[in-house]
Amino acid sequence: MASDLPPPYTAMTRHPMMPRVNHDEAARFNFLTHFNRYLSGTIGAGNKLAYEKRVLPAFRAEHGRDPEHRYEIRDAMNRDPWHRMWSALKRNSMEMRQHFGRQVVLRQLDELDAMARQYNEHSGQLELDPAIAQPPYQTAVDIHCQPGGYHGEERPGDVTVGANYDVGLFATTGGALGGLNDGGGQAVVAWVKAERPDWSPRRILDIGCTIGHNAVPIAQAFPEAEVIAIDTAAASLRYGAARAAALGVKNIRFVQASGEDLSRWADGTFDWVQTTMFLHELSAKAMPRILAEAHRVLAPGGLILHIEQPQYSDDMPLFEQFMRDWDAFNNNEPFWSAMHGQDLKQVMAEAGFPRECQFVAGVRAVVDPEIFPPSPDKGEEDYGRAAIWNAYGAWKPLAAEAQVAA
Amino acid sequence: MSAPDTPLDWVTLSGRRAKGRRPEYFDEPALDRLYSTVFALAAEVSALRERQDTLERLLEARGTLTRAEIEQYVPDREAGRERGLATQAYIARIMRGFQQEVEAMAASDPPIMDVVERLSRE
Ligand SMILES: C[S@@+](CC[C@H](N)C(=O)[O-])C[C@H]1O[C@@H](n2cnc3c(N)ncnc32)[C@H](O)[C@@H]1O
Repeated sequence: MASDLPPPYTAMTRHPMMPRVNHDEAARFNFLTHFNRYLSGTIGAGNKLAYEKRVLPAFRAEHGRDPEHRYEIRDAMNRDPWHRMWSALKRNSMEMRQHFGRQVVLRQLDELDAMARQYNEHSGQLELDPAIAQPPYQTAVDIHCQPGGYHGEERPGDVTVGANYDVGLFATTGGALGGLNDGGGQAVVAWVKAERPDWSPRRILDIGCTIGHNAVPIAQAFPEAEVIAIDTAAASLRYGAARAAALGVKNIRFVQASGEDLSRWADGTFDWVQTTMFLHELSAKAMPRILAEAHRVLAPGGLILHIEQPQYSDDMPLFEQFMRDWDAFNNNEPFWSAMHGQDLKQVMAEAGFPRECQFVAGVRAVVDPEIFPPSPDKGEEDYGRAAIWNAYGAWKPLAAEAQVAA
Repeated sequence: MSAPDTPLDWVTLSGRRAKGRRPEYFDEPALDRLYSTVFALAAEVSALRERQDTLERLLEARGTLTRAEIEQYVPDREAGRERGLATQAYIARIMRGFQQEVEAMAASDPPIMDVVERLSRE
Protein backbone atom coordinates (compact mmCIF):
# COMPACT_ATOMS: atom_id res chain seq x y z
CA MET A 1 0.00 0.00 0.00
CA ALA A 2 2.94 2.33 0.65
CA SER A 3 3.38 3.00 -3.06
CA ASP A 4 -0.10 4.49 -3.08
CA LEU A 5 0.82 7.12 -0.48
CA PRO A 6 0.52 10.65 -1.80
CA PRO A 7 3.56 12.88 -1.25
CA PRO A 8 3.46 15.42 1.59
CA TYR A 9 2.31 18.92 0.78
CA THR A 10 5.85 20.17 1.29
CA ALA A 11 6.92 18.27 -1.86
CA MET A 12 5.21 20.99 -3.89
CA THR A 13 7.52 23.39 -5.69
CA ARG A 14 7.47 26.67 -3.82
CA HIS A 15 7.73 29.20 -6.62
CA PRO A 16 8.00 32.81 -5.46
CA MET A 17 4.29 33.64 -5.95
CA MET A 18 3.07 30.56 -4.12
CA PRO A 19 1.44 31.54 -0.82
CA ARG A 20 3.57 30.39 2.12
CA VAL A 21 2.04 27.73 4.35
CA ASN A 22 2.93 27.21 7.98
CA HIS A 23 3.29 23.82 9.64
CA ASP A 24 -0.39 23.23 10.44
CA GLU A 25 -1.70 24.63 7.16
CA ALA A 26 0.45 22.12 5.28
CA ALA A 27 -0.73 19.43 7.69
CA ARG A 28 -4.39 20.27 6.97
CA PHE A 29 -3.78 19.86 3.24
CA ASN A 30 -2.03 16.58 3.98
CA PHE A 31 -5.14 15.43 5.79
CA LEU A 32 -7.36 16.39 2.84
CA THR A 33 -5.09 14.68 0.33
CA HIS A 34 -5.36 11.43 2.24
CA PHE A 35 -9.02 11.94 3.03
CA ASN A 36 -9.88 12.42 -0.66
CA ARG A 37 -8.01 9.31 -1.69
CA TYR A 38 -9.78 7.44 1.08
CA LEU A 39 -13.20 8.71 -0.05
CA SER A 40 -12.73 7.82 -3.71
CA GLY A 41 -10.75 4.66 -3.09
CA THR A 42 -11.33 2.86 0.19
CA ILE A 43 -14.95 3.75 0.83
CA GLY A 44 -15.90 4.89 -2.68
CA ALA A 45 -16.62 1.25 -3.44
CA GLY A 46 -19.62 1.49 -1.11
CA ASN A 47 -21.56 3.32 -3.78
CA LYS A 48 -21.43 0.48 -6.25
CA LEU A 49 -22.22 -2.00 -3.51
CA ALA A 50 -25.25 -0.02 -2.38
CA TYR A 51 -26.35 0.22 -5.99
CA GLU A 52 -26.00 -3.43 -6.83
CA LYS A 53 -27.23 -4.82 -3.54
CA ARG A 54 -30.28 -2.70 -2.85
CA VAL A 55 -30.84 0.33 -5.09
CA LEU A 56 -30.96 -1.54 -8.40
CA PRO A 57 -33.09 -4.43 -7.05
CA ALA A 58 -35.54 -1.91 -5.58
CA PHE A 59 -35.65 -0.02 -8.87
CA ARG A 60 -36.36 -3.21 -10.79
CA ALA A 61 -39.08 -4.19 -8.34
CA GLU A 62 -40.73 -0.80 -8.67
CA HIS A 63 -40.40 -0.25 -12.44
CA GLY A 64 -40.07 -3.75 -13.84
CA ARG A 65 -36.98 -2.70 -15.82
CA ASP A 66 -33.42 -1.40 -15.46
CA PRO A 67 -32.66 2.34 -15.29
CA GLU A 68 -32.41 3.88 -18.74
CA HIS A 69 -30.59 7.10 -17.89
CA ARG A 70 -27.94 8.20 -15.38
CA TYR A 71 -30.51 10.59 -13.88
CA GLU A 72 -32.76 7.67 -12.94
CA ILE A 73 -29.82 6.16 -11.07
CA ARG A 74 -29.13 9.50 -9.44
CA ASP A 75 -32.69 9.90 -8.20
CA ALA A 76 -32.61 6.41 -6.74
CA MET A 77 -29.12 6.74 -5.21
CA ASN A 78 -29.98 10.11 -3.69
CA ARG A 79 -32.46 8.24 -1.50
CA ASP A 80 -29.86 5.71 -0.40
CA PRO A 81 -28.41 6.36 3.06
CA TRP A 82 -24.89 5.27 2.15
CA HIS A 83 -24.68 7.45 -0.93
CA ARG A 84 -26.02 10.39 1.01
CA MET A 85 -23.43 9.99 3.74
CA TRP A 86 -20.65 9.54 1.23
CA SER A 87 -21.77 12.62 -0.69
CA ALA A 88 -21.95 14.63 2.52
CA LEU A 89 -18.36 13.61 3.29
CA LYS A 90 -17.15 14.53 -0.15
CA ARG A 91 -18.97 17.83 -0.17
CA ASN A 92 -17.40 18.68 3.17
CA SER A 93 -13.99 17.75 1.87
CA MET A 94 -14.43 20.19 -1.03
CA GLU A 95 -15.62 22.92 1.34
CA MET A 96 -12.73 22.35 3.71
CA ARG A 97 -10.26 22.58 0.85
CA GLN A 98 -11.68 26.00 -0.01
CA HIS A 99 -11.83 27.21 3.57
CA PHE A 100 -8.31 26.06 4.43
CA GLY A 101 -6.91 27.55 1.23
CA ARG A 102 -8.64 30.86 1.80
CA GLN A 103 -7.25 31.10 5.32
CA VAL A 104 -3.74 30.60 3.97
CA VAL A 105 -4.18 33.19 1.23
CA LEU A 106 -6.16 35.87 3.03
CA ARG A 107 -3.86 36.08 6.02
CA GLN A 108 -0.98 37.03 3.69
CA LEU A 109 -2.95 38.82 0.99
CA ASP A 110 -1.13 42.12 1.43
CA GLU A 111 2.21 40.49 0.57
CA LEU A 112 0.75 38.43 -2.28
CA ASP A 113 -0.99 41.42 -3.86
CA ALA A 114 2.13 43.55 -3.59
CA MET A 115 4.32 40.83 -5.10
CA ALA A 116 1.91 40.16 -7.97
CA ARG A 117 1.74 43.87 -8.71
CA GLN A 118 5.51 44.09 -8.85
CA TYR A 119 5.91 41.13 -11.15
CA ASN A 120 3.13 42.29 -13.43
CA GLU A 121 4.34 45.88 -13.68
CA HIS A 122 7.83 44.76 -14.63
CA SER A 123 7.10 41.80 -16.88
CA GLY A 124 4.50 43.35 -19.16
CA GLN A 125 3.01 39.86 -19.46
CA LEU A 126 -0.44 40.84 -18.18
CA GLU A 127 -3.03 42.60 -20.30
CA LEU A 128 -6.38 43.31 -18.65
CA ASP A 129 -9.49 44.67 -20.30
CA PRO A 130 -12.13 45.98 -17.89
CA ALA A 131 -14.73 45.72 -20.66
CA ILE A 132 -14.61 41.90 -20.42
CA ALA A 133 -17.16 40.52 -17.97
CA GLN A 134 -17.23 37.05 -16.44
CA PRO A 135 -19.91 35.24 -18.52
CA PRO A 136 -23.27 34.27 -16.96
CA TYR A 137 -22.46 30.53 -17.01
CA GLN A 138 -19.56 31.35 -14.70
CA THR A 139 -21.51 33.52 -12.28
CA ALA A 140 -24.74 31.51 -11.87
CA VAL A 141 -22.97 29.56 -9.13
CA ASP A 142 -19.41 29.55 -7.81
CA ILE A 143 -17.89 26.69 -9.84
CA HIS A 144 -16.56 23.79 -7.75
CA CYS A 145 -17.67 25.59 -4.61
CA GLN A 146 -14.80 28.03 -4.90
CA PRO A 147 -16.07 31.13 -3.11
CA GLY A 148 -15.90 34.02 -5.58
CA GLY A 149 -15.47 31.66 -8.54
CA TYR A 150 -12.47 32.46 -10.75
CA HIS A 151 -13.25 36.15 -10.88
CA GLY A 152 -14.37 37.39 -7.44
CA GLU A 153 -12.41 39.98 -5.50
CA GLU A 154 -11.98 40.59 -1.79
CA ARG A 155 -10.86 44.08 -2.72
CA PRO A 156 -10.08 45.69 -6.07
CA GLY A 157 -7.09 44.25 -7.88
CA ASP A 158 -6.43 41.34 -5.51
CA VAL A 159 -5.18 37.82 -6.34
CA THR A 160 -7.16 35.81 -3.76
CA VAL A 161 -8.99 33.41 -6.07
CA GLY A 162 -5.94 32.67 -8.22
CA ALA A 163 -3.70 32.12 -5.21
CA ASN A 164 -6.29 29.92 -3.53
CA TYR A 165 -6.64 27.85 -6.71
CA ASP A 166 -2.87 27.28 -6.75
CA VAL A 167 -2.43 26.54 -3.07
CA GLY A 168 -5.17 23.92 -2.75
CA LEU A 169 -5.30 22.02 -6.02
CA PHE A 170 -2.81 19.56 -4.56
CA ALA A 171 -5.33 18.45 -1.96
CA THR A 172 -8.20 17.71 -4.37
CA THR A 173 -6.01 15.94 -6.91
CA GLY A 174 -4.25 13.88 -4.28
CA GLY A 175 -0.91 15.31 -5.36
CA ALA A 176 -1.19 13.65 -8.75
CA LEU A 177 -0.45 16.72 -10.86
CA GLY A 178 3.16 17.20 -9.81
CA GLY A 179 5.10 19.89 -8.00
CA LEU A 180 3.75 22.76 -10.10
CA ASN A 181 0.29 21.27 -10.70
CA ASP A 182 1.24 21.15 -14.36
CA GLY A 183 1.11 17.40 -15.08
CA GLY A 184 -1.73 17.96 -17.57
CA GLY A 185 0.17 20.53 -19.62
CA GLN A 186 3.27 18.37 -19.55
CA ALA A 187 1.17 15.45 -20.79
CA VAL A 188 -0.03 17.57 -23.71
CA VAL A 189 3.54 18.50 -24.56
CA ALA A 190 4.65 14.86 -24.41
CA TRP A 191 1.80 13.85 -26.72
CA VAL A 192 2.56 16.60 -29.26
CA LYS A 193 6.30 15.88 -29.28
CA ALA A 194 5.68 12.18 -29.84
CA GLU A 195 3.07 12.85 -32.52
CA ARG A 196 4.97 15.54 -34.49
CA PRO A 197 8.60 15.53 -33.33
CA ASP A 198 9.67 18.25 -35.77
CA TRP A 199 6.69 20.56 -35.37
CA SER A 200 7.48 24.05 -34.11
CA PRO A 201 4.30 26.07 -33.66
CA ARG A 202 4.90 29.82 -33.66
CA ARG A 203 1.74 31.16 -32.06
CA ILE A 204 -0.30 29.23 -29.50
CA LEU A 205 -3.62 30.23 -27.94
CA ASP A 206 -4.80 28.73 -24.63
CA ILE A 207 -8.47 29.51 -23.96
CA GLY A 208 -9.66 29.55 -20.34
CA CYS A 209 -6.15 29.39 -18.89
CA THR A 210 -7.11 30.32 -15.27
CA ILE A 211 -3.67 30.74 -13.64
CA GLY A 212 -1.79 29.05 -16.49
CA HIS A 213 -0.98 25.75 -14.77
CA ASN A 214 -1.13 23.92 -18.08
CA ALA A 215 -0.30 26.76 -20.49
CA VAL A 216 3.06 27.52 -18.87
CA PRO A 217 4.55 24.05 -19.57
CA ILE A 218 3.61 24.49 -23.24
CA ALA A 219 5.46 27.82 -23.33
CA GLN A 220 8.44 26.15 -21.62
CA ALA A 221 8.49 23.29 -24.10
CA PHE A 222 8.32 25.61 -27.12
CA PRO A 223 10.56 28.53 -26.16
CA GLU A 224 10.50 29.93 -29.70
CA ALA A 225 6.72 30.14 -29.68
CA GLU A 226 4.57 33.00 -28.45
CA VAL A 227 1.82 31.74 -26.14
CA ILE A 228 -1.30 33.83 -25.57
CA ALA A 229 -3.26 32.60 -22.56
CA ILE A 230 -6.72 34.10 -22.31
CA ASP A 231 -9.37 34.07 -19.62
CA THR A 232 -12.32 36.27 -18.74
CA ALA A 233 -11.36 36.41 -15.06
CA ALA A 234 -8.93 39.21 -14.21
CA ALA A 235 -8.46 37.95 -10.65
CA SER A 236 -7.05 34.65 -11.93
CA LEU A 237 -4.99 36.25 -14.69
CA ARG A 238 -3.28 38.64 -12.27
CA TYR A 239 -1.99 35.72 -10.25
CA GLY A 240 -1.22 33.58 -13.31
CA ALA A 241 0.87 36.25 -15.04
CA ALA A 242 2.80 36.91 -11.84
CA ARG A 243 3.35 33.16 -11.32
CA ALA A 244 4.71 32.74 -14.87
CA ALA A 245 7.01 35.74 -14.42
CA ALA A 246 8.17 34.33 -11.07
CA LEU A 247 8.97 31.04 -12.81
CA GLY A 248 10.99 32.98 -15.37
CA VAL A 249 8.78 31.97 -18.30
CA LYS A 250 8.76 34.93 -20.65
CA ASN A 251 7.15 33.73 -23.89
CA ILE A 252 3.61 33.72 -22.49
CA ARG A 253 1.18 36.60 -22.12
CA PHE A 254 -1.97 36.56 -20.02
CA VAL A 255 -4.75 38.45 -21.79
CA GLN A 256 -8.26 39.14 -20.52
CA ALA A 257 -10.53 38.09 -23.37
CA SER A 258 -13.48 35.79 -23.97
CA GLY A 259 -13.23 32.73 -26.16
CA GLU A 260 -16.65 33.68 -27.50
CA ASP A 261 -15.20 36.75 -29.22
CA LEU A 262 -11.67 36.39 -30.56
CA SER A 263 -12.20 39.20 -33.10
CA ARG A 264 -9.00 40.95 -32.08
CA TRP A 265 -7.13 38.08 -33.75
CA ALA A 266 -7.33 37.68 -37.52
CA ASP A 267 -8.30 34.44 -39.22
CA GLY A 268 -5.54 31.84 -39.06
CA THR A 269 -3.44 33.67 -36.44
CA PHE A 270 -2.56 30.61 -34.35
CA ASP A 271 -0.85 27.32 -35.15
CA TRP A 272 -2.29 25.67 -32.06
CA VAL A 273 -5.42 26.35 -30.00
CA GLN A 274 -5.52 24.55 -26.65
CA THR A 275 -8.18 24.17 -23.96
CA THR A 276 -7.62 22.18 -20.77
CA MET A 277 -10.51 21.16 -18.51
CA PHE A 278 -12.41 24.10 -19.94
CA LEU A 279 -15.31 22.98 -22.16
CA HIS A 280 -17.27 21.48 -19.25
CA GLU A 281 -17.53 24.86 -17.54
CA LEU A 282 -19.39 26.62 -20.36
CA SER A 283 -23.01 26.39 -21.50
CA ALA A 284 -24.83 24.75 -24.39
CA LYS A 285 -24.79 27.93 -26.46
CA ALA A 286 -21.34 29.20 -25.49
CA MET A 287 -19.46 25.97 -26.33
CA PRO A 288 -20.22 25.95 -30.09
CA ARG A 289 -19.57 29.69 -30.30
CA ILE A 290 -16.14 29.25 -28.76
CA LEU A 291 -15.29 26.26 -30.94
CA ALA A 292 -16.28 28.19 -34.07
CA GLU A 293 -14.08 31.10 -33.04
CA ALA A 294 -11.24 28.70 -32.27
CA HIS A 295 -11.65 27.24 -35.76
CA ARG A 296 -11.51 30.68 -37.33
CA VAL A 297 -8.31 31.84 -35.61
CA LEU A 298 -6.58 28.50 -36.24
CA ALA A 299 -4.30 28.41 -39.29
CA PRO A 300 -4.80 25.64 -41.86
CA GLY A 301 -2.63 22.70 -40.83
CA GLY A 302 -2.88 23.83 -37.19
CA LEU A 303 -3.80 21.81 -34.11
CA ILE A 304 -6.82 22.13 -31.84
CA LEU A 305 -6.71 20.10 -28.65
CA HIS A 306 -9.15 19.82 -25.75
CA ILE A 307 -8.24 17.95 -22.57
CA GLU A 308 -11.31 16.64 -20.74
CA GLN A 309 -12.60 13.70 -18.77
CA PRO A 310 -14.04 11.11 -21.17
CA GLN A 311 -17.41 11.84 -22.73
CA TYR A 312 -20.32 9.61 -21.79
CA SER A 313 -21.03 7.21 -24.59
CA ASP A 314 -23.41 4.30 -24.92
CA ASP A 315 -20.44 2.07 -24.12
CA MET A 316 -19.99 3.64 -20.70
CA PRO A 317 -22.09 1.91 -18.05
CA LEU A 318 -24.87 4.14 -16.69
CA PHE A 319 -23.61 3.67 -13.15
CA GLU A 320 -20.20 5.01 -14.15
CA GLN A 321 -21.89 7.97 -15.86
CA PHE A 322 -23.84 8.64 -12.69
CA MET A 323 -20.67 8.56 -10.56
CA ARG A 324 -18.81 10.83 -12.95
CA ASP A 325 -21.75 13.24 -12.75
CA TRP A 326 -21.33 13.73 -9.01
CA ASP A 327 -19.58 17.07 -9.30
CA ALA A 328 -22.34 18.50 -11.48
CA PHE A 329 -24.88 18.35 -8.69
CA ASN A 330 -22.74 18.30 -5.56
CA ASN A 331 -19.79 20.48 -6.42
CA ASN A 332 -21.32 23.28 -8.51
CA GLU A 333 -20.37 22.13 -12.00
CA PRO A 334 -23.72 22.87 -13.68
CA PHE A 335 -22.66 22.23 -17.32
CA TRP A 336 -20.63 19.10 -16.55
CA SER A 337 -23.46 16.63 -17.12
CA ALA A 338 -24.89 18.16 -20.30
CA MET A 339 -21.41 18.67 -21.79
CA HIS A 340 -20.26 15.12 -21.15
CA GLY A 341 -23.50 13.84 -22.61
CA GLN A 342 -22.81 15.51 -25.96
CA ASP A 343 -21.25 13.93 -29.03
CA LEU A 344 -18.12 16.07 -29.03
CA LYS A 345 -17.11 14.86 -32.48
CA GLN A 346 -20.37 16.19 -33.89
CA VAL A 347 -19.97 19.50 -32.03
CA MET A 348 -16.42 19.82 -33.40
CA ALA A 349 -17.62 18.94 -36.90
CA GLU A 350 -20.26 21.66 -36.74
CA ALA A 351 -17.55 24.11 -35.70
CA GLY A 352 -15.72 23.34 -38.94
CA PHE A 353 -13.40 20.42 -38.11
CA PRO A 354 -14.23 17.56 -40.50
CA ARG A 355 -14.67 14.25 -38.72
CA GLU A 356 -11.87 12.61 -40.69
CA CYS A 357 -9.42 15.19 -39.28
CA GLN A 358 -10.44 14.50 -35.69
CA PHE A 359 -8.91 12.09 -33.19
CA VAL A 360 -9.23 11.09 -29.56
CA ALA A 361 -6.13 10.19 -27.58
CA GLY A 362 -5.62 9.13 -23.97
CA VAL A 363 -3.10 11.16 -21.97
CA ARG A 364 -1.89 10.82 -18.40
CA ALA A 365 -0.28 13.39 -16.10
CA VAL A 366 3.47 13.66 -16.54
CA VAL A 367 5.09 14.14 -13.12
CA ASP A 368 8.41 13.49 -11.44
CA PRO A 369 8.00 9.82 -10.42
CA GLU A 370 10.64 10.15 -7.71
CA ILE A 371 8.36 12.41 -5.71
CA PHE A 372 4.90 11.90 -7.13
CA PRO A 373 3.80 8.32 -7.39
CA PRO A 374 1.25 7.78 -10.15
CA SER A 375 -2.31 8.46 -9.10
CA PRO A 376 -4.49 5.39 -8.59
CA ASP A 377 -5.78 4.37 -11.98
CA LYS A 378 -7.97 1.39 -11.39
CA GLY A 379 -10.02 2.77 -14.25
CA GLU A 380 -13.71 3.07 -13.64
CA GLU A 381 -13.41 2.54 -9.89
CA ASP A 382 -11.88 5.96 -9.64
CA TYR A 383 -14.62 7.73 -11.61
CA GLY A 384 -12.74 10.67 -12.92
CA ARG A 385 -10.41 11.33 -9.98
CA ALA A 386 -7.28 9.87 -11.57
CA ALA A 387 -5.00 12.18 -13.54
CA ILE A 388 -5.87 10.50 -16.81
CA TRP A 389 -7.76 12.36 -19.51
CA ASN A 390 -8.94 12.22 -23.07
CA ALA A 391 -7.53 14.60 -25.65
CA TYR A 392 -10.19 15.51 -28.19
CA GLY A 393 -8.45 17.11 -31.14
CA ALA A 394 -8.14 17.80 -34.83
CA TRP A 395 -5.54 18.95 -37.31
CA LYS A 396 -7.26 21.64 -39.36
CA PRO A 397 -7.07 20.67 -43.03
CA LEU A 398 -4.94 22.72 -45.41
CA ALA A 399 -6.97 24.73 -47.92
CA ALA A 400 -6.35 22.18 -50.69
CA GLU A 401 -7.45 19.28 -48.47
CA ALA A 402 -10.54 21.17 -47.45
CA GLN A 403 -11.53 21.62 -51.07
CA VAL A 404 -11.09 17.95 -51.76
CA ALA A 405 -13.17 17.12 -48.72
CA ALA A 406 -15.94 19.58 -49.71
CA MET B 1 -4.08 48.39 -5.67
CA SER B 2 -3.49 50.91 -2.90
CA ALA B 3 -2.06 49.84 0.44
CA PRO B 4 -4.93 48.81 2.70
CA ASP B 5 -5.52 50.98 5.77
CA THR B 6 -7.28 48.41 7.91
CA PRO B 7 -5.96 44.85 7.99
CA LEU B 8 -8.11 42.29 6.25
CA ASP B 9 -10.36 40.29 8.57
CA TRP B 10 -9.09 37.04 7.08
CA VAL B 11 -10.75 34.75 9.59
CA THR B 12 -14.24 35.98 8.72
CA LEU B 13 -13.57 36.38 5.00
CA SER B 14 -12.09 32.93 4.57
CA GLY B 15 -15.37 31.29 5.58
CA ARG B 16 -17.33 32.88 2.79
CA ARG B 17 -19.88 30.58 1.22
CA ALA B 18 -19.72 29.51 -2.45
CA LYS B 19 -22.67 30.87 -4.39
CA GLY B 20 -25.15 28.11 -5.25
CA ARG B 21 -27.61 26.22 -3.05
CA ARG B 22 -26.03 23.46 -1.00
CA PRO B 23 -27.64 20.02 -1.35
CA GLU B 24 -29.23 18.68 1.85
CA TYR B 25 -27.78 15.25 2.40
CA PHE B 26 -29.82 14.25 5.44
CA ASP B 27 -33.46 14.56 6.43
CA GLU B 28 -32.29 16.03 9.71
CA PRO B 29 -30.40 19.30 9.02
CA ALA B 30 -28.52 18.96 12.29
CA LEU B 31 -26.72 15.97 10.79
CA ASP B 32 -25.43 18.05 7.91
CA ARG B 33 -24.07 20.53 10.40
CA LEU B 34 -22.59 17.82 12.56
CA TYR B 35 -20.73 16.37 9.59
CA SER B 36 -19.03 19.66 8.79
CA THR B 37 -17.87 20.03 12.36
CA VAL B 38 -16.74 16.46 12.86
CA PHE B 39 -14.62 16.35 9.74
CA ALA B 40 -13.07 19.74 10.28
CA LEU B 41 -12.18 18.40 13.73
CA ALA B 42 -10.77 15.31 12.13
CA ALA B 43 -8.55 17.51 9.97
CA GLU B 44 -7.46 19.42 13.02
CA VAL B 45 -6.60 16.35 15.04
CA SER B 46 -4.60 15.09 12.10
CA ALA B 47 -2.73 18.41 11.91
CA LEU B 48 -2.08 18.26 15.67
CA ARG B 49 -0.66 14.78 15.42
CA GLU B 50 1.62 15.91 12.65
CA ARG B 51 2.73 18.85 14.72
CA GLN B 52 3.41 16.67 17.70
CA ASP B 53 5.42 14.36 15.50
CA THR B 54 7.48 17.30 14.29
CA LEU B 55 8.08 18.30 17.91
CA GLU B 56 9.13 14.85 18.92
CA ARG B 57 11.52 14.48 16.04
CA LEU B 58 13.10 17.85 16.61
CA LEU B 59 13.37 17.25 20.34
CA GLU B 60 14.94 13.90 19.78
CA ALA B 61 17.47 15.36 17.39
CA ARG B 62 18.25 18.61 19.13
CA GLY B 63 17.70 18.37 22.87
CA THR B 64 14.87 18.28 25.31
CA LEU B 65 12.45 20.11 27.56
CA THR B 66 10.69 19.15 30.76
CA ARG B 67 7.01 18.59 31.37
CA ALA B 68 7.14 21.16 34.11
CA GLU B 69 8.26 23.73 31.57
CA ILE B 70 5.19 22.96 29.51
CA GLU B 71 2.95 23.23 32.56
CA GLN B 72 4.46 26.54 33.58
CA TYR B 73 4.62 28.10 30.16
CA VAL B 74 3.02 31.56 30.02
CA PRO B 75 2.75 33.07 26.57
CA ASP B 76 4.00 36.63 26.30
CA ARG B 77 1.83 39.33 24.79
CA GLU B 78 2.76 38.51 21.20
CA ALA B 79 2.49 34.75 21.64
CA GLY B 80 -0.85 35.24 23.36
CA ARG B 81 -2.09 37.21 20.39
CA GLU B 82 -0.85 34.62 17.90
CA ARG B 83 -2.51 31.81 19.80
CA GLY B 84 -5.75 33.70 20.20
CA LEU B 85 -5.93 34.35 16.49
CA ALA B 86 -5.17 30.69 15.78
CA THR B 87 -8.03 29.67 18.05
CA GLN B 88 -10.37 32.10 16.34
CA ALA B 89 -9.43 30.73 12.92
CA TYR B 90 -9.83 27.19 14.20
CA ILE B 91 -13.35 27.87 15.44
CA ALA B 92 -14.20 29.40 12.08
CA ARG B 93 -13.07 26.15 10.43
CA ILE B 94 -15.12 23.78 12.54
CA MET B 95 -18.20 26.02 12.52
CA ARG B 96 -18.28 26.59 8.75
CA GLY B 97 -21.45 24.54 8.26
CA PHE B 98 -23.44 26.70 10.66
CA GLN B 99 -22.00 30.00 9.53
CA GLN B 100 -22.64 29.23 5.85
CA GLU B 101 -26.18 28.10 6.54
CA VAL B 102 -26.87 31.53 7.95
CA GLU B 103 -25.38 33.07 4.80
CA ALA B 104 -27.44 30.70 2.66
CA MET B 105 -30.64 31.72 4.38
CA ALA B 106 -29.82 35.29 3.47
CA ALA B 107 -28.92 34.48 -0.14
CA SER B 108 -31.80 32.08 -1.08
CA ASP B 109 -30.14 30.56 -4.16
CA PRO B 110 -32.35 28.41 -6.39
CA PRO B 111 -31.68 24.65 -6.33
CA ILE B 112 -28.61 23.67 -8.40
CA MET B 113 -30.95 21.67 -10.67
CA ASP B 114 -32.52 24.93 -11.94
CA VAL B 115 -29.09 26.20 -13.00
CA VAL B 116 -28.16 22.84 -14.54
CA GLU B 117 -31.28 22.95 -16.67
CA ARG B 118 -30.81 26.58 -17.64
CA LEU B 119 -27.21 26.13 -18.74
CA SER B 120 -28.08 23.07 -20.78
CA ARG B 121 -30.52 25.29 -22.71
CA GLU B 122 -28.88 28.74 -22.81
C1 LIG C 1 -11.56 24.83 -15.17
S1 LIG C 1 -10.87 26.36 -15.51
C2 LIG C 1 -9.60 25.93 -16.69
C3 LIG C 1 -8.33 25.38 -16.10
C4 LIG C 1 -7.08 25.72 -16.87
N1 LIG C 1 -7.25 25.61 -18.30
C5 LIG C 1 -5.92 24.84 -16.44
O1 LIG C 1 -5.48 24.05 -17.25
O2 LIG C 1 -5.48 24.95 -15.30
C6 LIG C 1 -12.02 27.29 -16.51
C7 LIG C 1 -11.59 28.72 -16.79
O3 LIG C 1 -12.29 29.20 -17.94
C8 LIG C 1 -12.54 30.58 -17.79
N2 LIG C 1 -13.61 30.94 -18.73
C9 LIG C 1 -14.92 30.65 -18.66
N3 LIG C 1 -15.57 31.10 -19.74
C10 LIG C 1 -14.64 31.69 -20.55
C11 LIG C 1 -14.69 32.32 -21.82
N4 LIG C 1 -15.83 32.46 -22.49
N5 LIG C 1 -13.55 32.78 -22.33
C12 LIG C 1 -12.37 32.66 -21.67
N6 LIG C 1 -12.27 32.06 -20.47
C13 LIG C 1 -13.39 31.59 -19.91
C14 LIG C 1 -12.87 30.71 -16.32
O4 LIG C 1 -12.72 32.04 -15.87
C15 LIG C 1 -11.89 29.72 -15.69
O5 LIG C 1 -10.70 30.37 -15.33
